[in-house]
Amino acid sequence: MTAQIIVVTSGKGGVGKTTTSASLATGLAIAGKKVAVIDFDVGLRNLDLIMGCERRVVYDFVNVVHGEATLKQSLIKDKRHENLYVLAASQTRDKDALTQEGVEKVLDGLSAEGFDYVVCDSPAGIEKGAHLAMYFADHAVVVVNPEVSSVRDSDRILGLLASKTRRAERGEGAITQHLLLTRYNPTRVAAGEMLSVKDVEEILGISVVGVIPESENVLAASNAGVPVILDENSMAGQAYSDTVARILGEERPLRFTEVTKKGFFQRVFGS
Amino acid sequence: MGILDFLKRKPEASANVAKERLRIIVAQERSTRGAPDYLPLMRNELLEVIKKYVQVDIDAISINLEHDSGHEVLELSVALPDGKPAAG
Repeated sequence: MTAQIIVVTSGKGGVGKTTTSASLATGLAIAGKKVAVIDFDVGLRNLDLIMGCERRVVYDFVNVVHGEATLKQSLIKDKRHENLYVLAASQTRDKDALTQEGVEKVLDGLSAEGFDYVVCDSPAGIEKGAHLAMYFADHAVVVVNPEVSSVRDSDRILGLLASKTRRAERGEGAITQHLLLTRYNPTRVAAGEMLSVKDVEEILGISVVGVIPESENVLAASNAGVPVILDENSMAGQAYSDTVARILGEERPLRFTEVTKKGFFQRVFGS
Repeated sequence: MGILDFLKRKPEASANVAKERLRIIVAQERSTRGAPDYLPLMRNELLEVIKKYVQVDIDAISINLEHDSGHEVLELSVALPDGKPAAG
């Protein structure tokens, strides 16, 4: 059984790729899958912080690629879920530290270890790191903000996913593309200040797999090193749970995309 | 200007402006996707040549590359301005 490879990508930086990778990997693990999440951002390691395992990094992705450590030594077991592992990015400044053969070897190794899913957290941009993160993918989660430069970049990424991946090159069928709209603010959409879900879907010609509302809980979660999907009381956490369920094939209606009218008691006593 | 002006009309919602701009740029970028890197440069040079004879804007030139049963077709269309004959 080979692992399903999911790339989380966007083109533009700062839209929520790492936040999404951490929550997606955690959500898949909660669903009972054996999951590894890999940070492809060589030189700018960050996933470890969002996952809360930064002090337990001994060996990294590049060490495995170069044969300086085994996969087993490098995979960091999540404190909260025993079937979830993190592979940290290297801090090296050598951008050529990753090779296509090296990445393939690691992904094959994870398949052999019985992993069900490998989540690849792509760096921003469309250069080598981003290319390698998407090359072997079976599924892609394209993270987009309701903002002009992010939407344009994600269209570019959708084009690359359709042509510059191994599946495309081998004619093995297109990779599954999921569009995830993050930092969504229904109040600003209602005021005509922000692109709506429908606008983004129309422009890109693809429907969303989820909408994550802009939420202060996301920053709180990253401050604490706990993926926001584990904050079950937050709208962002619940929206990520819905998104993971949809990626696993479940049908769930979109939530948190409309302006919520506060009830009398909420108005008086605060939310 | 009166104090009731804010009731009369709102400026166009900026989200609509964003959507229109994106619709145009995304369509344009999709049409040249996968095309050779020299295409934008060639477009500019062609524009220079055309400008010697007719005053046209860069937006009036569209270049499309299409794959048609094994061979590639480069389609160039120039929208000429109305009622202005080419300068001799």
